[in-house]
Amino acid sequence: MVTIVLMFGAITIAPILAGVLSKRREKETGPFITNHVLGLTVSLGLVIGIILVSLRYGSLHTSWETAWNAIFDYDSTDQGQIVVRELRWPRTVLGLAAGSCLAVAGALTQGITRNPLGAPGILGVNAGAAFAIVTAIYVADIVTPEGYVWFAFFGAAGASILVYLIAQFGSGGATPVKLALAGVVITALLGGWTTSLLILDLETLDEARFWLAGSIASRGTDEIIVLFPVIILGLIIGLALGRQINILSLGEDIALSLGQRIGLVRMGTGLIIILLCGSAVAIAGPVAFVGLAIPHMVRSLVGPDYRWILIYCLFLGPCLLLGADVIGRLIVRPDELQVGIVTAAVGAPFLIYLVRFTKLSDV
Amino acid sequence: MHYLAITTPTLQRSLTVLVAILITVISVRLADKIRSRSYTFRWYKVSGRIQLKIVWLVAGTLVAIIVLLGTGLIVGDYPIPASRAIATALWDRNGEYDFIINSLRFPRIVVAILAGMCFASSGLIFQSLINNPLVSPDIIGINTGAAVLAVAILAAGGNIGYLPWAAFLGALLTAGLIYLLSWKRGVSATRLVLVGIGVNSLLGAVITFITVKYPIERVIAAARWQAGTLFGASWGDVRTLLIGLFVLLPSAFFLTNRLRILQLGDETAITVGSRIERDRLALLAVASLLAALAVSVVGPLGFVALIVPQAARLLAGSITGGVLIFTALLGGFFLLGADLIAQRLFAPVMLPAGVITATFGGPYFLYLLARYNRAN
Repeated sequence: MVTIVLMFGAITIAPILAGVLSKRREKETGPFITNHVLGLTVSLGLVIGIILVSLRYGSLHTSWETAWNAIFDYDSTDQGQIVVRELRWPRTVLGLAAGSCLAVAGALTQGITRNPLGAPGILGVNAGAAFAIVTAIYVADIVTPEGYVWFAFFGAAGASILVYLIAQFGSGGATPVKLALAGVVITALLGGWTTSLLILDLETLDEARFWLAGSIASRGTDEIIVLFPVIILGLIIGLALGRQINILSLGEDIALSLGQRIGLVRMGTGLIIILLCGSAVAIAGPVAFVGLAIPHMVRSLVGPDYRWILIYCLFLGPCLLLGADVIGRLIVRPDELQVGIVTAAVGAPFLIYLVRFTKLSDV
Repeated sequence: MHYLAITTPTLQRSLTVLVAILITVISVRLADKIRSRSYTFRWYKVSGRIQLKIVWLVAGTLVAIIVLLGTGLIVGDYPIPASRAIATALWDRNGEYDFIINSLRFPRIVVAILAGMCFASSGLIFQSLINNPLVSPDIIGINTGAAVLAVAILAAGGNIGYLPWAAFLGALLTAGLIYLLSWKRGVSATRLVLVGIGVNSLLGAVITFITVKYPIERVIAAARWQAGTLFGASWGDVRTLLIGLFVLLPSAFFLTNRLRILQLGDETAITVGSRIERDRLALLAVASLLAALAVSVVGPLGFVALIVPQAARLLAGSITGGVLIFTALLGGFFLLGADLIAQRLFAPVMLPAGVITATFGGPYFLYLLARYNRAN
């Protein structure tokens, strides 16, 4: 009980603190974090802290010692250690991967669409995955986590590739507005289909509603491990794209006159976004908000330079996702809240707070 | 014979869909051909400019709505001869089809038209005011606000009679909350949208929570309501919508001038003497009320408010009073068409209209977009 109160305290105080600090900084020019060595150390510390918390806290009470031993000195007869090793450790790793994918992909999406509403969902990723999974449940009765992983990944990738192809039509290639509109249309199309399957068939709805809420508990870990090389490669290339996106965000004309091959950059970034989002959705289901809110928060901290935005996103995305997951485990003990519900419940007030009390710079 | 009996209806259906698409394409081509000439008039203190193109577009949409209305009265699980259907709807209160026409089909058709008008005009005002093509009442959380209360009632097994009131109240409370939260020495468009998205995902989380926690039999009722349906529309709904539209649509019409000034940007608008915060509040209030009205009657039908204004602006240009009327009518046409398709496409299985608005509206919108891109 005390822990829950403390965590909630931390979560409510942190935004206020951030708000007060950035409000003070608003008068001066320049971003809040200027010393990146310090900033990145703190972020890394946050990630490590949240990993430890995620291993220690859950519906079963365990001590720090049990959590430590479960990882470094495993004793397979101790019940607490089994829980930590077999349940919490996998979901912590999955949370790390999904969180960083979503946040980095979100920042990249906002960078190339130059729309403050840009989020992975806008490229049709979530809708595509949901469509594939619901169809798979309805048509083929696929109800195992292993099956979900691949349907989600290819559904997400397929939908966003479709969005790209549609946006590519006409003059000027995949311009931001066309991309966003095509994404909205495809999302609505697939959403219409998904909804009709869900309301026509009770069993499909019963099976799919838990996946659709978004969760990192008991996923098909073995299948997801296969995706890890893709994720790591995607993250590395994604981080390297920061400079190109900086140039792109100066506007198309300037980017052109600086010699940037706009079409190529957009295409490459799009590909990375698709890989990252596809993996994230395959891991956690449609977790809203991490991809939208984290880039905005980071931007208000470090300013408009995408090279830094992307790096901080890599660290802070997992913090939100894992933090939300831990809260979800503790808040209705012994039951559990899906992480997708908690990210929205925690992230939304934070975003509103940021929008109100700090100066959100333009994308 | 046996074989034909199975295939014919399907063939008919796909032919109907094809014909509908063809007609749309042709009428869009025709709209291009109209020369954009405009006339000015002055009558005592009232003056204005009428664009011929928009007059033609409005007239064309009206005709299309009337044609669809007629079709909707005639076709159904129980086909009725055209002459009888129209006579029953207009004057013959004692005919054998009175119940089907006047209690089932006619009110449903009228509700579809009026609700479509509400959604489309609300979406047009939001998009023009915020200057972002992705904005619509469903994205900034007004529909979700309505849905939260309604879904809670459905999931908890409450009195279904309160559903419209709950939806209306939820939508208005959400709109008010978003406005208050984004107020800070004035309301900026970006702040409004971001706060709206935050509120939307928060309320969405509540709905997901309800969906996961409650027994499946009740959850499916909530899911059906959320998809948006015109099933069970009555003359009472028509009256509600008519009263609302009678007040709101004229207000929106006269506010379009203010909206055009706001679109010039805050500095310019202030310079030309506009009280921007008051105007913005008025516009937001009208748009939110329009959305709340429609949601309370037909549920959170997505997509109409998002796509119809886009399509209307691609066809008719940026917002004026005339474009507002055209958009509203186009919304009515669109929702009515979607509902007819939803009822007939997989008959006797009836899909909710919300599913069809997305499935058929999407490709049509893509076509418009491609055409617009080619023109530029």
